[in-house]
Formats: sequence, structure tokens, C-alpha cells
Amino acid sequence: MRNAYLTALYALAENNPHVVAVVGDNGAIVYDQFRMDFPGQFMNFGISEANMVTACAGLASCGKIPFVYTIAPFLTMRAYEQVRNDVCMQNQNVKLVGTGAGFVYSSLGPTHHGTEDLAVMRVLPNITIFSPASPMEAQKATLAAYAIHGPVYLRLGTNRETEIYKEDYIFEPGKGITLKEGNDLTIIVTGSIARDALEAAEGLDKMGIITRVINIHTIKPLDQEIILRAAIETGAIISLEEHNLIGGLGTAVAEVLMENGANSVCFRRMGLIESFAQGYGNHQDLKEINAVSRKDIIRIAREMFESKISSRLRRF
Amino acid sequence: MNSDIDRLECLSREIRRSIFQMIYQAGGGHIAPAFSIVEILTVLYFGGVLKYDARQPKWEERDRFILSKGHAAAALYPVLARAGYINEELLNTFCQKGSILGGHPDMRKIPGVEASTGSLGHGLSFGIGIALAAKLNAKDYHAYVLLGDGECQEGSIWEAALFATQQKLNNLTVIIDYNKLQAMERLDQIIGIEPLGEKWQAFGWNVVEVDGHDIKALQTLFNKKPAQAGQPRLVIAHTIKGKGVSFMESQPLWHYRMPDDQELQVLISELGIKEEENNSRLSLPDKSDSGMKNVPVSEGGIQK
Repeated sequence: MRNAYLTALYALAENNPHVVAVVGDNGAIVYDQFRMDFPGQFMNFGISEANMVTACAGLASCGKIPFVYTIAPFLTMRAYEQVRNDVCMQNQNVKLVGTGAGFVYSSLGPTHHGTEDLAVMRVLPNITIFSPASPMEAQKATLAAYAIHGPVYLRLGTNRETEIYKEDYIFEPGKGITLKEGNDLTIIVTGSIARDALEAAEGLDKMGIITRVINIHTIKPLDQEIILRAAIETGAIISLEEHNLIGGLGTAVAEVLMENGANSVCFRRMGLIESFAQGYGNHQDLKEINAVSRKDIIRIAREMFESKISSRLRRF
Repeated sequence: MNSDIDRLECLSREIRRSIFQMIYQAGGGHIAPAFSIVEILTVLYFGGVLKYDARQPKWEERDRFILSKGHAAAALYPVLARAGYINEELLNTFCQKGSILGGHPDMRKIPGVEASTGSLGHGLSFGIGIALAAKLNAKDYHAYVLLGDGECQEGSIWEAALFATQQKLNNLTVIIDYNKLQAMERLDQIIGIEPLGEKWQAFGWNVVEVDGHDIKALQTLFNKKPAQAGQPRLVIAHTIKGKGVSFMESQPLWHYRMPDDQELQVLISELGIKEEENNSRLSLPDKSDSGMKNVPVSEGGIQK
């Protein structure tokens, strides 16, 4: 995702001299080409996130378009009040780009994990939140962030994600994407764990549970329609995210379901339950340790499907 | 006596009276922190320092002023009114229902306000962004940021102080309103910041000190090109919190407090508020229905 982001940013910087790439002392290799070609549009603020975020609001107040890039928790939490007061409250045209979505920085430990960022960003007025699932989507989300005049949080993973889209598609902010059709159950997912959802869905298909997979690349504003349609058509929804259960995608989906009277749908949230991500190892290892692996998705989906069927039987 | 200095001194007295009348009408506010910066604002806006055109608040070439100690907004509003950014009548609405003038300035609502402040430790970084943008856009406007001294206890100030010199922001002037008091006590009783000038010097700033109530000294200083090129400038303005009212001066209690009947009489006389220029904004205490009884008297010290 990072290279895809940089490719898009490079194109934007080439076309608009006001686009400025800002980093908090990270991106040594990925930014090399950019730095070489646009030295006047690159700035390293060092290890001082509070100063960096507010200064970018100041830059934006003078017509610059800063894309502020650093590790998600440092950006969204170390500098949270700066994001709130100087970027969101003043509605400044600042793009906040957090890397290390979820626990993709697996063995670096929870200080470097973005597992509460969606919750804290989602509560802020004026901000748009993109959480792409693949390199192609990260590139499109970057261009979409530029097209919006106002604050955007772009939640990126790392550089190891493989593409999930087989062909080009239209990225529409605020519109979810049905990655796979199915009418027995829906997995609503955000971020690179969408690949695991897709693989789990294929496994479920073989067990006779034909599973729909919806990718939510825009957490805010949220696509209510695609969620409600899934509730009506499949009757069972699992939300899946590399994030705390509180405040992220699952919470957002629950809000939509409850506020629209979809209270008979079977619904489960998958994510971190009252914990920081546990353990070390690679990204897949951490998914297993933290119970959001394909195996876990399949287990939960089967339980839900059975409870959906039995609740329907009870009604007869 | 120099007539320009006379004019600015007269203006400062008017602004101080406006500040009190606004806050009195609102029923509470930061009087003393606002009185501390009156001469500084007067010289910046009316002493030929800031380059601005109130008819075009978004004029690209304008100098930008940021009141980082946003709780002194009551000093900024009468200045913006006299500069022509807002209608003088608006001052009567300060902190009241329907007003755009709140206890902290809102850049989305008030023309001439560059950044919304209130939480301390933000304004310097915002000013740095503005100064950087001027460099990137090859413009020659200047950013002025007014900090409180207590505000220098915030870590973000020192992140910003390091960064500004690294970037050689010679189009940035920071003024510290050094009245030596914060909400509850003297700074040196809570977190002392001395030696203040040496600290900023060590961070690479061009440091100058001035009497923050001496109009002539302020005007001379601000209109002089900084001695060292390629350095941001720090002006330590030695001020008196509550300047202009004897019982408020240098008393921490007055950070956020309203005068009682007796104090009000002293204040009215010391600020030179005459009944005829009062425009019935201020109920004088000798009237039977003074309105004063409705004014909450804060114990002071809970707000920054």
C-alpha cells in the first residue's frame, strides 16, 4: 500500500506544486524518489508529531496541501488534540496518512499498532476516513483524498499486501464494494484483512454457507445502504477489522443496523476484545494469536449461520 | 511628546476600557490576561507593524497574527473592530447567545482571526506552518505569534522552537507575554521557565527583550529588521498581568475574576471610564439597580 500511495502522491505533486509530502522521520526508502524529484515539496518534521500536525494546519491555511505521513498511532493519538483543534475544528485541507493499520507491524508490538485509530478519528467532525484493502485501493484512496477539500484520514498498511482486485474498478468515496456475492451470511470488512475474509468465504462456500463479502474502504461517511441490503438479504452479518471492537467498523455497522430497525439480524463483531494486540511473529501469526484468522472467521460464521437457521425455525 | 505615540497610548486606553466593558457585560472573562497584551496588540495593528487590509481579510500577501494565548480574546476583538475587521457594535455581544465572539477566537467565524486557539501550545506551530508556506510560495509575508509565558510549559512549544530554527524561519516573530503569572500562582512557584532568554537563545532564536507596555520601545523594536538573518525572532515582552488597574496588577487571583462593587469603582476611575462614553454598557455602582449583583464572582484559577 505504501508504494501505491507514493505513486499516487508523486503524480499529485507533479501536477500541483502546492502538494507537500510531510513525514515524521519515516519512509526512508519509499520517499527516496519523491525527495529527489520534488525537494521543495518534501519536508521531514523529525520526531515531533504535535508540532508537525499543527504546522500542517498552518500550511493548509495558506493554500498548501500537506499529506502528513507517519505511523498511525503516533499521528492519530500522540497528536490527537492537534488533529481535533487545528485540522478538524478549523476544517483545514490536511491529509493525515497513518501507516501500520491494525497490527501489520506485528512484531514491533502494540505501541506501533493502529488498533484504536478508527475509533478516535471517527468521532471527529469534518473528517473523511479511508481504510483501503489493497495497493490499488490505496492508490485510488490517495487520489480521492486529494479531491476532497478538507481533512482526510487515510489508513494504510505496509508494503506487503497483495492485490485483491482482479480488474480496475471505480472507487467512490462513501460507497462499499461487494467483493463476493452470497445470500447466507455477510462479512463486512475493512483494511487488508479483507483478503482473509475472502479466503474464509471461499471455505464457507464449500461448507454450503454462501457468504457475501463487503469491503468498506470509507469508514466515514459510511455506506448505510450496502449494510442494510446485506442485513435484509442475508440475515446474518459479521464485521471484521484489525481494530478494537469499540468504536471501529463493527460499532459503525451496529449503529446503522440499530438506527434502521434491523434488530432481528444476527450480528457479531470480530476484532480485538478489550485488549491490545497480543504476541509477536508475522502478520498472519498475530491474526491467529488475536482470533481474527481465517479459521476464526469460519468458526464464527458457522456458529452464526446455525443460530440464524435455528432462530428462523423457532419462528415457524 | 511624539503625536504618534500619543495616538497609540490613547488607543490602548480605549481598548482597555472596551475589554472591561465587554467582559463586564458578558458576566465574566479573562480580564487580567487581556490587559497584559494591550500595548503589544496596539503597536502591532496600529503602529505600522502588521501589513493587512481589513477589507480583504484573506489577502494573500497579508502578515498573519496568531493569538496563541486565546483566552485573551477580549483584547483581540476591540483591536479587530478598530482595525475594521468587525463591527464595533459586535463587541457588545461578547460571549452572549448568537454572538460570533466567544471566550476564545474562532477563525471560521471572525474575519481577521487566522487560527482558532484556546488550548495552549498550538499557536506557535500554526505560525510555523504559515511562515513555511510563505517560504514555499516565495511570498514575503511575516507571521507573528503571541504566546503566554505559562504556555511555555507545554512541550509542543519546544518542539516548535527547535523546528523553526532548523528551517531558518526569519519571517517568524514570536512574542512572549512575560507577566510571570499563570492561573494559580507565579510561574516560578509552579514550573519556572527562567532563564527564559537563554533557553530560546540556546534553541537558536534571535532574542530581544522589551517593556511590553512601552509603546515607543515596542514600535521601535517591531519596525526594526532583525539583526541576524536566517533566524526566527523571539521578543520577550515584560508585562504586568492586569496592567492598568491597581488591585489587579500582578495578582494571580485576577486571572479569571470579576470585581465587586468597591473594586468596580476603583476600576472605573483608574481606566478613566466616563459615564458619557459608557453607552450604558456598564452599570455604575452608585445606581440603585446596578446589575452588578448578577455578575458571578469567580474564585479564579480554574482556567488556563
